[in-house]
Amino acid sequence: MTRFLRCGREAVLAEVDDLDAALALYAALRDAALPGVVDLVPAARTVLIRLDPAVTSPAAVREATAALRPGDAGRADSGTVRIPVVYDGPDLAEVAERLGITADEVVARHTGARWTVAFSGFAPGFGYLTGDDPTLDVPRRTSPRTRIPAGSVGLAGRFSGVYPNDSPGGWQLIGSTTARMWDLSRAEPALLVPGVRVTFRAVPRCG
Amino acid sequence: MTVLRTGPMTVIKDAGRPGHAYQGVAPSGAVDRGAYARANALAGNPPGAAVLECTLGGLRVSFDEPAVVALTGTDAVLTVDGTAAGDDRPVPVPAGAVVAVTVPRRGLRSYLAVRGGIDVAPVLGSRSTDQLAGVGPERPAPGDVLPIGAPPADPVSSPGAPPPTAEGPLEVDLGPRDDWFTTEAIATFLGAEYTVSPAGNAIGLRLDGPALIRSRTAELPSEGVVRGAVQVPPDGRPIIFQADHPVTGGYPVIAVLTPEAADRAAQLRPGATIRFTRAPQ
Repeated sequence: MTRFLRCGREAVLAEVDDLDAALALYAALRDAALPGVVDLVPAARTVLIRLDPAVTSPAAVREATAALRPGDAGRADSGTVRIPVVYDGPDLAEVAERLGITADEVVARHTGARWTVAFSGFAPGFGYLTGDDPTLDVPRRTSPRTRIPAGSVGLAGRFSGVYPNDSPGGWQLIGSTTARMWDLSRAEPALLVPGVRVTFRAVPRCG
Repeated sequence: MTVLRTGPMTVIKDAGRPGHAYQGVAPSGAVDRGAYARANALAGNPPGAAVLECTLGGLRVSFDEPAVVALTGTDAVLTVDGTAAGDDRPVPVPAGAVVAVTVPRRGLRSYLAVRGGIDVAPVLGSRSTDQLAGVGPERPAPGDVLPIGAPPADPVSSPGAPPPTAEGPLEVDLGPRDDWFTTEAIATFLGAEYTVSPAGNAIGLRLDGPALIRSRTAELPSEGVVRGAVQVPPDGRPIIFQADHPVTGGYPVIAVLTPEAADRAAQLRPGATIRFTRAPQ
């Protein structure tokens, strides 16, 4: 059931029950390409629909969105990305201790889980990944690091993610990858976009 | 056009970078969209041409070839070789002349349009510098030569009288998360005076004033926001999102400014006092 929340004169916020419904609604809106809709911002339980008020109105967008019949076809089409990770992050031992398991078991659970890009944000190319292993649930660091290197693989709450560029951040770092999350020379610079499935693969440290 | 000085901050801006939110890219674009659009109209440019967004004046550029420029947004004065040429109208500039933007007494961001538009390479379809994400052209620096596009075929035409300077409270529509606040918090939000804190930029304006108390303390999953959205973090002090706002925020948005009010917010200086009021429906 989609609930529409007022969001000013140039957007509508559509709220649904869960992430699956949000991804399905996002895919349906993307495929429908409604006139006057200029941007879609998928999130955990919402899709923000930005519109051009010279072309359409919030009321018209609400009506057209309500008429859509979101399926799960959009998710199935989004593909899978495999990301090689060297599991030597500075927080790996602490994460293992918090979860009461060994570091190897953290790696086994991270590589064993099936992850899905729920939404993007924080930085270009940063995808929030939700996994199917509920035991991987750790709090953010109490004090964020001022600089995290690009390619760092982190955990926060039940999300996982990979920092696309050097940036500050508070996630628990368990490893790093050479995969490029954000590359402006690609037609679609972000490697991880909503709906894409992700698996992590442990690789030995090079050199 | 050669950049001689940039003042405190000058960036290249256009109508923004829509369509990439799913990749984590903000809409960006001119912070005061009305002033930006008017600068292009005065210069005879099509909508969407790139201009210079100059915060608190101090910009100096020179032109190798004759040009037509227009300045909007604040009461800063455009000078050509040191002579005041006014603002809010098309100004012809001879080859070799130096054009400067004085420090405004009112407002924050001036828009300098050049007929033909600034023709740097677009990134993801936009020539706007996104100051949060680092997407788009570099900030111009002294010595930089900025290419100017071919002038449009149409002659310069007047876009009419300048819009009257709006006064009074900033108009908002409540939502999407006004139901996360107590009735008293809504009344405070729509009645109290807030002061613009110094920690403002093209991403957001932080406000000092009475804290807004939430009626729900549950975690709100991150969700998209728009320019002009008023987010309330746990300390209860509102933040008005501006053009370079991040794609998701984890705190409830109590209200969204009207587009006109969001343009006015773009011109607020630290220390300014403001009130919010409900926009007519």
